[in-house]
Amino acid sequence: MSVMIIHIVVSLIIALGFLGAFIWAIKTNQYEDDYSPAVRILFDDEKKEKSQPITSK
Amino acid sequence: MELDKFSYDNGIVRKFLIASVVFGIIGMLVGLTAALQLVFPELNAGIEFITFGRIRPLHTNAIIFAFVGNGIFAGVYYSLQRLLKTRMWSDLLSNINFWGWQLIILSAAITLPLGITTSKEYAELEWPIDIAIALIWVVFGLNMIMTIIKRRERHIYVAIWFYIATFVTVAILHIFNSFELPVTLFKSYSWYAGVQDALVQWWYGHNAVAFFLTTPYLGLMYYFVPKAANRPVYSYRLSIIHFWALIFIYIWAGPHHLLYTALPDWAQSLGTVFSIMLIAPSWGGMLNGLLTLRGAWDKVRDNAVLKFMVVAITCYGMSTFEGPMMSLKNVNAISHFTDWTIAHVHIGGLGWNGFLTFGMLYFLIPKMWNTKLYSTKLANFHFWIGTLGIIFYAIPLYWAGFTQSLMWKEFTTEGMLAYPNFLETVTQILPMYAMRAFGGALYIIGVFVMVYNLIATAKTGVFVKNEDAEAAPLTSTYKAHAGEYWHRVLERKPLVMTVLAVVAVSIGGLVEIVPTALVKSNIPTISSVKPYTPLELEGRDLYIREGCNNCHSQMVRPFRSETARYGEYSKAGEFVYDHPFLWGSKRTGPDLAREGSSKLRKSDSWHYNHMLDPRTMSPGSIMPPYPWMFEDDLDVENTNAKIAAMRTMGVPYPDGYEEGQAMADLDAQRQQIADGLAAEKYTISKEKEIIALIAYLQRLGKDIETEPVAQQ
Repeated sequence: MSVMIIHIVVSLIIALGFLGAFIWAIKTNQYEDDYSPAVRILFDDEKKEKSQPITSK
Repeated sequence: MELDKFSYDNGIVRKFLIASVVFGIIGMLVGLTAALQLVFPELNAGIEFITFGRIRPLHTNAIIFAFVGNGIFAGVYYSLQRLLKTRMWSDLLSNINFWGWQLIILSAAITLPLGITTSKEYAELEWPIDIAIALIWVVFGLNMIMTIIKRRERHIYVAIWFYIATFVTVAILHIFNSFELPVTLFKSYSWYAGVQDALVQWWYGHNAVAFFLTTPYLGLMYYFVPKAANRPVYSYRLSIIHFWALIFIYIWAGPHHLLYTALPDWAQSLGTVFSIMLIAPSWGGMLNGLLTLRGAWDKVRDNAVLKFMVVAITCYGMSTFEGPMMSLKNVNAISHFTDWTIAHVHIGGLGWNGFLTFGMLYFLIPKMWNTKLYSTKLANFHFWIGTLGIIFYAIPLYWAGFTQSLMWKEFTTEGMLAYPNFLETVTQILPMYAMRAFGGALYIIGVFVMVYNLIATAKTGVFVKNEDAEAAPLTSTYKAHAGEYWHRVLERKPLVMTVLAVVAVSIGGLVEIVPTALVKSNIPTISSVKPYTPLELEGRDLYIREGCNNCHSQMVRPFRSETARYGEYSKAGEFVYDHPFLWGSKRTGPDLAREGSSKLRKSDSWHYNHMLDPRTMSPGSIMPPYPWMFEDDLDVENTNAKIAAMRTMGVPYPDGYEEGQAMADLDAQRQQIADGLAAEKYTISKEKEIIALIAYLQRLGKDIETEPVAQQ
């Protein structure tokens, strides 16, 4: 089990570092565009629609 | 700018969809069989391969890994390509992923009925298959990550984050929970023992639900619901919060499966607290999905796809509210070990996973075959009979669970158990079991109707194996705006995202497991607890082979109703030699932790008759008979290897015990049991399996009686 302990301590240190980076990113409003991605996914069929009718109903 | 021309691989999506449906039907039929066996025990027909203890894991594995698993791959392979505007990185890896996964399912379908099992729930498959799962899973992950790297769309849509978290977390969970010491090709022992094994197992088991049945399907929800409704998700910002909150919290909730057990109290409380916190992101996600349809509810009326999805999301909301409630200790005291849990998981399984898969199928098949759905009427019929099926399934089981639990806990005015015979509490709920089977049958009828409808749909269209698409290549000369650096790093670098997801899920798991593994005082040793004798160890392996732990717990909780019924409550120190732990999660039959104690002890001949035909000893019992254990000789070829394996893991058998003495002890003990039976006019060869099983059952709960509990 002792191998696991070393592994865990190292992981934890790295993990906390990344966690800090993540929190910092959130707090400084890095996710600024929170609208357009949701809309853009709806358009990926547009080109195809000309040649192929889509139905799901 | 020049547009790249490429094509989406629909062929791989079709393969996974077909596999999902085929294995879904098989898994559901196995489930229906198991449900009927509880009402009509004769359905076991004396065939060892289809007893409840063996096919219950077959059902759960088939539904989770074959039905839902193939559904995940289908949905991910379809949506990932379109969200990233690229074909999958490698068609070869896609196909290795497909065929490898089906081979794993096939090997599960063969080994589980044969009784080749580790006994750990949803991780029953033996070590060679575990390795195969890890390899194929990495193939899937590699293909996905590489596809993300070569994408033509800079932004990584929220659904993909869910896919990444799924890949990473399932890989970690699977590997950690599968630490096993192989004895033979088809037999291994869990590296962890007792309470540690239980913690790792339920850390895995809970997260199998969280990261196999939930996060990938949330990703699918965030893709397919907006597509089917042709509206953007209600709040993209909420979806981001949903994602991070969920993966940070989910990983901590595992101990709620072990409330009131011998798991240290602090770990139990931690599990409860995080389970309650889970309501917030779960319901945030559910509302985000439902509100996507705001102003478009008229579409739900006409569109079968949306109907299925709405009920799926609603079921997600119900089970993610119920789950935290069941994690409260006072509720868990009633719900645990009963059919309440079974009802709960089927709201998730039939409702959330099943209906979302069906919605996805009704959406994808017409799209990929470039046609219209053959019959909306049949799809509506499927929707209603499926919904009725869920209701008929769940309500009787809630009722059954609650009824049985209250009967277990009922005392007479004189302070005696009102229902001292466990069997009374079983026969009471048999009508509910029958109704549950009826509900399941309705649900399956709906699936058959769907299959007919989808085949008819495919026949009217032409399958588009490679769907042409074009998109602008991603420019490498992207210039970050001031202050945007971290946003870009996080959002547009899949590797960083992957690392972050690993980190998020690891912290929770590590913080819970490490202290339990390290802090010795968490497992007070009890000096009178000794390793199993070789014969008992073999008996224990038979107990595992027959899946007894699927219906019998070995964990007396510290309640008066349980100590009155079973005896002294279970302590962590009793399980230090249990590789694997066998606490169980359901009491279809009584707890067996104290079966050999002076309070509950029965004669060898009682066990002999009971295993041969349970109804001779317990009229009305729904336990299957085990006649083959009276015919088959105990396989002692590997006994020495098993003892050696146990010693490797620190079980204190004497030095060199496996070099002769173990077999001598085994033989002496079984001779003694056979002689005892012969004295009662039951003639049976000492070689038979049943002798070993009796030896094990008679050992249960005996150790702590020999001297007072000594805590170190």
